[in-house]
Amino acid sequence: MSEPLLYTVIILSAIGIAAAIILYLVARKFHVYEDPRIDQVEEALPAANCGGCGYAGCRAFAEAIVKDNSLDDKYCPVGGNEVMEKVASIMGLEAEQKAPRTAVVRCNGTCEHRPQTHNYEGVQTCAIAALNYSGETDCQYGCLGFGDCCTVCDFDAIHMNPETGLPEVIDENCVACGACVEACPRDLIELRKVMPKYRKVYVACRNMDKGGPARKACKVACIGCGKCEEVCKFDAITISNNLAFIDSDKCKLCRKCAPVCPTNAIIEENFPPPKKKQAEEKESKPAEA
Amino acid sequence: MLKTFKYGGVHPAENKLSAGKAIEQLPLPKKAAVLVSQHIGAPSKVVVAKGDTVKVGQVIAQSAGFVSTNIHAPVSGKVLKIDTVTDNSGYKKEAVVINVDGDEWLDEIDRSDTLETSINLDAKEITDKILQSGIVGLGGATFPTHVKLMPPSGMKANILLINGVECEPFLTSDHRLMLEKGEEILMGTQLLMKALKVKKAVIGIERNKPDAIKHLSKLATKHEGISVCPLKVKYPQGGEKQLIKAVTGREVPSGALPISVGAVVNNVGTAFAVYEAVMKNKPLFERIVTVTGKNIEKPSNFRVRIGTPVNELIEAAGGLPEDTARIISGGPMMGKAIPTTDVPVTKGTSGILIISEEAGHRKPVENCIRCGRCVQVCPMGLEPYLLMTLSENKKWGKAETEKVMDCIECGSCSYTCPANRPLLDYIRYGKTSVGQIIRSRK
Amino acid sequence: MNKTLTISPSPHIAQGDSVQKIMYKVIFALSPALIWSFIVFGLPAIFVTATSVLTCLIAEWLIQKFLLRTTPSIKDGSAILTGILLAMNVPGNIPLWIVIIGALVSIGIGKMAFGGLGQNVFNPALTGRVFLLISFPVQMTTWPNVTKTVVDATTEATPLNIIKEGLKNGKPLTELTNQIPDYTDLFFGNLSGSLGEISTILLLLGFGYMLIRKVISWHIPVTVLGTIFVFTGVLWLANPDRFMDPVFHILTGGAMLGAIFMATDMVTSPMTKKGQIIFSIGIGVITVCIRTWGAYPEGISFAILIMNAFTPLINNYIKPKRFGEKQNGKA
Repeated sequence: MSEPLLYTVIILSAIGIAAAIILYLVARKFHVYEDPRIDQVEEALPAANCGGCGYAGCRAFAEAIVKDNSLDDKYCPVGGNEVMEKVASIMGLEAEQKAPRTAVVRCNGTCEHRPQTHNYEGVQTCAIAALNYSGETDCQYGCLGFGDCCTVCDFDAIHMNPETGLPEVIDENCVACGACVEACPRDLIELRKVMPKYRKVYVACRNMDKGGPARKACKVACIGCGKCEEVCKFDAITISNNLAFIDSDKCKLCRKCAPVCPTNAIIEENFPPPKKKQAEEKESKPAEA
Repeated sequence: MLKTFKYGGVHPAENKLSAGKAIEQLPLPKKAAVLVSQHIGAPSKVVVAKGDTVKVGQVIAQSAGFVSTNIHAPVSGKVLKIDTVTDNSGYKKEAVVINVDGDEWLDEIDRSDTLETSINLDAKEITDKILQSGIVGLGGATFPTHVKLMPPSGMKANILLINGVECEPFLTSDHRLMLEKGEEILMGTQLLMKALKVKKAVIGIERNKPDAIKHLSKLATKHEGISVCPLKVKYPQGGEKQLIKAVTGREVPSGALPISVGAVVNNVGTAFAVYEAVMKNKPLFERIVTVTGKNIEKPSNFRVRIGTPVNELIEAAGGLPEDTARIISGGPMMGKAIPTTDVPVTKGTSGILIISEEAGHRKPVENCIRCGRCVQVCPMGLEPYLLMTLSENKKWGKAETEKVMDCIECGSCSYTCPANRPLLDYIRYGKTSVGQIIRSRK
Repeated sequence: MNKTLTISPSPHIAQGDSVQKIMYKVIFALSPALIWSFIVFGLPAIFVTATSVLTCLIAEWLIQKFLLRTTPSIKDGSAILTGILLAMNVPGNIPLWIVIIGALVSIGIGKMAFGGLGQNVFNPALTGRVFLLISFPVQMTTWPNVTKTVVDATTEATPLNIIKEGLKNGKPLTELTNQIPDYTDLFFGNLSGSLGEISTILLLLGFGYMLIRKVISWHIPVTVLGTIFVFTGVLWLANPDRFMDPVFHILTGGAMLGAIFMATDMVTSPMTKKGQIIFSIGIGVITVCIRTWGAYPEGISFAILIMNAFTPLINNYIKPKRFGEKQNGKA
């Protein structure tokens, strides 16, 4: 009675062997050679797939590096210099050193500073709001406050502050991938060089209107008066389109510019408070930022 | 069976409150802010300077390209400044602000009411005159008219459609114009026919304006080649492609211009403006604006100079009601809610509609119940629910193959959605993004 | 003028219909048939319906509140509708605990597991019903006796059951037709069956109401019934001794209820008219196949669920006619 069993075993084994042979042949025929370095490079990358490098993901970035066999214009902002050096050693190339950067929101148009003039009822995303209207205030350059930057952030590094209606960056988490920069239809977010203790001095405004209308729309708008430009010893401040800009690569954090600004549009962040007030202002420090 | 277009469409409550009100001349404003970009295409180039004295009808900004047009001073007086002024969308745009001083017109403008009927110009001269006079589509899209009259080489128009549909609820400016200036519209149509070298023109009017149909039909018997076509009431019949389909049965292919099926569409307002420009030397610096709304004291139709701030129109119609929630420039389906009443009237302002608190807010968005109504009402045969999801998830490639670019933004989908989903908001976003991608490919 | 104006992209007016209104219109359309079932089956039917609706509401509220942590939306009427439809699909004398299980399955597995209203693939009420039919076949196919003057504890088979069992046992069709109620009784609902499926005329009344109020279009119900009619008609013409006539098929069982109220469920039916017609033909064909050759006497529930599964596919491939897709010859 074991005959059927025997046949079954034989037939199944035969099918198995035949399938194995076919598989082997097909695999040989359609084998695609892939540079093993792609895998190695990918291994070295942070696997965040954020697209901060400008490629579709870590794998695509690795492929591009191996294909071009160069590291020009290729930098992983998430991994930073450390990872790039690892990649460079795999590739046998020299890695370019870049100063780490962090995102900064250049708008301080809180509800208090920038009165709401009308009420927007469409879809609550910045992209769609900006497409149709100038926002809920008179300032057509400022933050729309729907948080597209927060939605795109993969690193939990930017959040809306419900009190001010503005996004706030958590410097420790920010990897400068640039996703928020791209998501912001107002071009408010800038990647600035990281200074010790995340100290920053920047112009928190993008209003390119002339002084009068800018001031009318928002109390803390940059009016392009040029006082900060005069006072800066390092040529870090330039004024164009009625708007001052502080170059973070040139800025030495001397903080001369902030006090001269008539509208308080220049913001100093993460500096120790003045000594005499230190005690009382300790708690309000984050708010000041 | 009355003619209409085939797919989709909705029929919102008509609310033509001001249909019985004759057109009145609005008093001159104190200050007129004339935007330099009142039309589709390149913004015009300002040719006056601060302090210049201008007369009514004088060119203050010149056409800056093929798809662009001239802009004329709507009032006389001194140029106060050339500055930015808030436009319909809240963005600040360049404008010429003129301090009104008297009402001095250029001498060549014929201000009499006599009807001129002899056409002494040839096609080229008419088109030139239209360009010089800054005429754009007055239905709301503000596409420069001279461009429509110059078909690309190889294409030839064989029918002219005059759009008297006015399918937007509330608006009555075209309706009144047809009743009061019928002869002039027909002369304007003759001029457009001559410029296009076509033998046939059809005026499409929805049957909710029986008086206009009757009036124009009677007048049209005197004009060879012009006929009136009554149409069933259905929104968006005033859309170019829908009107062509309704009147001629021709279907403009996806992505193509109406000229590809030999048709050119112009609004009745445009036809009237053409008549005035060519026969009376009067450039486009005023237009008919309907001021209406359920709560407004006296819904009216005004003849308004371009650049007049919207609040003067509202004052003339009895003032802004207490419980106003939003003010719309244009009709309720395709118009734009304006952020402030300081916005000036432009060539494209067909109406000012005031909506009360009760009806002026969007309802909370609910889940899509896949009822498919948006698909049924879409006049372009698209699937709005799908396009919305694709835009939401930024699937631009798929959105393009699903023909997002064909959307005419009529708003029928959002209007009809029982779950109050902002379909058109997302589709518009999709259109813009896909449009950018398509342009970057070239 | 310091008024804060509201702005949003166009359009600025809306038709004024809402999900809630649609749901209540459907419930209103169902009510004649439901009330008739109360009259026919008496108090137990009311208990079954009340239990089903209440369980659905409570289940939806609990799941939304504690599992999904969203704002409960039981006011939209969709849970009530699911409850009523489920009740209409079970016999009037079914134990209430079975109804509770069915309602939980309907809402929990049929609807909420997919993410709530609008997200579900399968019709929730039918999911619950089929679950019960498979789990409790005896209770689900034991109908109270109503054709006798007094409603008593003895049970009565539905016409479809009589035919199916009879044919299985080799009895000739002529003998079986004598055992079933005549067509006027079928039409007016003078027979036994599940709560909602007995009275054809009242279901048609509901259909008429929904058509007038534009809740649904005619495409799905007419195509489903038409397909059943044509398909069974062909079979009947081919062999009248073996197959019942088409009028019998559209009047009995859940054909009417399914075609008018279940297949037209917006969430689980295709978007385009063309798609809806394909979907409905599928339902008709599968129903007849199950009725004629399948193991169950009635098959419309299965047919609808099977076609529900095809709905995304139909939506994906059946596109509306795009404007300007094909050049007109005239141009």
